[in-house]
Amino acid sequence: MHELSITQDILDIVIEHAERARAQRVTAINLVVGELTGFVDDSIQFYFDMLSPDTLAEGAQLVIQRIPPRVRCRACGQEFEPRDLNWACPQCLTIGGDILSGQEFRVESIKVE
Amino acid sequence: MEIPVVQGILNANDQIALQNRQLFDEHGICVINIMASPGGGKTSLILRTIDALRDRLRIGVIEGDIASNVDADRVAAKAVPVVQINTGGQCHLDAPMIGRSLTQLPLPDLDLIMIENVGNLICPVGFKLGEDLNVMIASVPEGDDKPYKYPGIFVAVDAVIISKVDLLPYLRFDVAAFRKLIIGMNPNVSVFEVSCETGQGVQDWAEWVAKQRETKRRKC
Repeated sequence: MHELSITQDILDIVIEHAERARAQRVTAINLVVGELTGFVDDSIQFYFDMLSPDTLAEGAQLVIQRIPPRVRCRACGQEFEPRDLNWACPQCLTIGGDILSGQEFRVESIKVE
Repeated sequence: MEIPVVQGILNANDQIALQNRQLFDEHGICVINIMASPGGGKTSLILRTIDALRDRLRIGVIEGDIASNVDADRVAAKAVPVVQINTGGQCHLDAPMIGRSLTQLPLPDLDLIMIENVGNLICPVGFKLGEDLNVMIASVPEGDDKPYKYPGIFVAVDAVIISKVDLLPYLRFDVAAFRKLIIGMNPNVSVFEVSCETGQGVQDWAEWVAKQRETKRRKC
């Protein structure tokens, strides 16, 4: 959802940093995408291919590191990876917890020449 | 050569949402973002909330729609300050739109702002506006399986209002199962059962809003 506008945001961030470093071109873009964000890799790639021609980032490889959701049970402190929507703690079966990871969404780094 | 960036995407919207929030905090205004499907009952709930709380709180409304002033006109008829944002096609409100609308509201004279987001269960969730609270309306005619199909919004909100409960005798909707499901997904959520047609449940909802505003006032 909205991968077009967020891909444009990614491109803007990448070009800003590449220009600051006086790079000739960007060869790779390392993204960190938490699985709870719902963003789809293929869609980001699709829009990137559409938006990046004639920019410093044309031809850059998109490397997407996906972070699985991780939750800490509020009752017993057990950390677990929730499956489906149940989010039941495997230890004490309490439902719900504090989200430790899975919501990340950032440009981690870029490789330039 | 590798250059570290470590910059959040969607940062631009979030930055402006923070600015909006700071402006609201300066004036001690509690802001509630109301989301639901088209026709779910957002405007009706806002109108009922105005009736219930206008003696206690100074209320303003921001209406968001693709087009038309239909909803803003209904709020204006209650003599409440209201701004209509027409997104012209964007499926959700965003922080810059809210920011631009604030010049049209008498902020020093408001205690509570209700934002009616564009009718949509998906897109508004990802776009902060500077709000204090997020609520969504799930109406009885939409069916009780919506949390399975649209989990994002149900886990993101502070309150779920089950609306149009006057229609329960005519439709299949298992309220107990629905409540259990959404509380399982979102343990801290507050749940209200409301009919804007009959008035059932409006008082409980309004009391919750008033309490949230009081909490905000004490913090600011």
